Amino acid sequence: MKDTATTDALPITVRNVTKTYGAVHALDNVSIDVRSGEFLTLLGPSGSGKTTLLMVMAGFTRPDAGSLKFGETEMIRTPPHLRDVGMVFQNYALFPHMTVAGNVGYPLKLRKVAKAEIAERVEQALEKVQLGGYGERRINQLSGGQRQRVALARSIVFEPRILLMDEPLSALDKKLRDRMQIELRHLHEELGMTTVYVTHDQREALTMSDRIAVVNHGRIMQLATPQDLYDAPANTFVADFIGESTFLDVTRQGDELIAAGTRLITDRPAPDGSALNLMMRPERVALVEGEAAPSVTTFRATVSDLVYQGESFLLYARLEDGTEVAVRGAIRAGTFATLAKPGEAVTLGLAASDMVILADGGH
Amino acid sequence: MVAISQTAGGERSTDDLNAAGLRRDERMERLKLFGLSSPALLIVLVILVIPTGWLFYVSFIGADGTFSLENYERMIERKSYIRIFITTFQISLLTTAICILIGYPLAYFMSQLPSGLANLCLIAVLLPFWTSLLVRTYAWLVLLQKQGLVNTWAINLGLWDEPIKMVHNMTGTLIGMVHIMLPFLILPVYGAMRAIDRDYLKAASNLGAGPVKAFWTVFFPLSTPGLFAGALMVFVLCLGFFVTPAVLGGGKVIMVSMKIVSNIELFVNWGAASALGVVLLVLTLGALWIASGFLKLDQMTGGGH
Repeated sequence: MKDTATTDALPITVRNVTKTYGAVHALDNVSIDVRSGEFLTLLGPSGSGKTTLLMVMAGFTRPDAGSLKFGETEMIRTPPHLRDVGMVFQNYALFPHMTVAGNVGYPLKLRKVAKAEIAERVEQALEKVQLGGYGERRINQLSGGQRQRVALARSIVFEPRILLMDEPLSALDKKLRDRMQIELRHLHEELGMTTVYVTHDQREALTMSDRIAVVNHGRIMQLATPQDLYDAPANTFVADFIGESTFLDVTRQGDELIAAGTRLITDRPAPDGSALNLMMRPERVALVEGEAAPSVTTFRATVSDLVYQGESFLLYARLEDGTEVAVRGAIRAGTFATLAKPGEAVTLGLAASDMVILADGGH
Repeated sequence: MVAISQTAGGERSTDDLNAAGLRRDERMERLKLFGLSSPALLIVLVILVIPTGWLFYVSFIGADGTFSLENYERMIERKSYIRIFITTFQISLLTTAICILIGYPLAYFMSQLPSGLANLCLIAVLLPFWTSLLVRTYAWLVLLQKQGLVNTWAINLGLWDEPIKMVHNMTGTLIGMVHIMLPFLILPVYGAMRAIDRDYLKAASNLGAGPVKAFWTVFFPLSTPGLFAGALMVFVLCLGFFVTPAVLGGGKVIMVSMKIVSNIELFVNWGAASALGVVLLVLTLGALWIASGFLKLDQMTGGGH
């Protein structure tokens, strides 16, 4: 029995892939490098082209043009059954006329593996997804979470070097989803295969991925680690899609940048272009008491709403130009009662290190 | 108003919580539902249960008007009766088999078409239903006879030299019956195929199955409930079929239904006809029972979606 952890992963190289449906560009000259062994997530709203890109990798969608390489091998014209990649479908696509073992053993049977070895490897794969001993069950006797695990076992049992997943957790309830995210992450660490994961859930993407490619209108908006994506989004679309944020229009006055009537204190140069936005993450905006530090830009505002959310509060404050800014902060015993009430004046502070100014791209 | 009495310990009296009233409402609802179905039940009783019972009764009445088993004894004693039953099952099985061979690929083709085109094909399949059975049967008689269109064209094209006898025999009967029965097979098969999630085939392909392998390991097993249902329907309809074998068989192909007719019209022997009907009914039920075993097996394996 070969140890699956030693399986060589393969890098995926996508070059200039284009796919149009009528006048719609599902994929617009997409190029992306998936590194060997990494967990890369394609994240985007529905209709962004993320699933189309995954289907091109799996071979179910034939692009108009472009190149797709697994390692050094050109795959773009290879039919799906010869690509040797594992795939987990959104609805699992488990064969209802076969048992759990029949499903998981199916790819091995096609590869003419001996019967005894099939049984052994099926059981090992099921144990990896914590379903040891479930082989004889029928698919319709399984819960959603169990089906998900069987689909996963089936896609890894033949030790593919690339694993593709199309929103595999979207049908599960939130608690199970959270647990499966961690389990998938562990399984990936254990097996080490190059994994491409599609989701529209930004929290899921942040939790699981080595890197995230944000997709919109058939283009890659940004490819970065979860932290870079959150702290330094490339444009307003990415900033808006990942996490919550309020945007303020920024105008140039000579060398100075002005937003909501306030001069901004920054520690890095603003991007070129005339349409600039200041990104304010709710948890990075502070309520300033007394004198602010010199590196902190302050805005005067009036509280319009204060919401209690258990571990944190969410405060909405209206700036002098009318923009509403959200502020989130931790609550400790007794601190909620001391917060400013609606109608009261507050000073909002944004540190220079949290000052992210974006060009209005990506729309 | 009913006051809800609740003590500090949380005990409640069920009467106070409308339990009796709610139960009565539910009973009333069930009664009303049953009332809706009663006309249909009455019709079934009058036109199905009573006549079938009468059929059984008459089959046990002999020529002298008393209880006797002579109608059944005759069937066992006379070879001609056994031959008729064999012919009936033979024709039914052959028709079913030919319908499967022609209908399954056609249904598969239709299931792969975009739904607009598929609906057009479906209308074409159903079109024969809009013409009278008798007209269609006699049309085959015209087409297939010695001086008919098929023989003339085939000879002119040089396919064969002498006119081939295609009516008033088994061939003609089968051609006619297959034509009539085909839609009954295609409809359920097509329905089952349409219901198969395309992702199953994608998954098979992703796991390493080429198109042919994916068809036989995934698509075909998932389409078998429809195939069983269609084949069963065709087979059972064939067992009691009369018009087409009577016209196209030309007296050479005798099925049970035709014997029943001759027993009544020629010999006015209601007892003999009834006994034939009873045996055919029992054999049909037996076939259904055997087939239902297959169906159940199949539902167990295919009922996951």
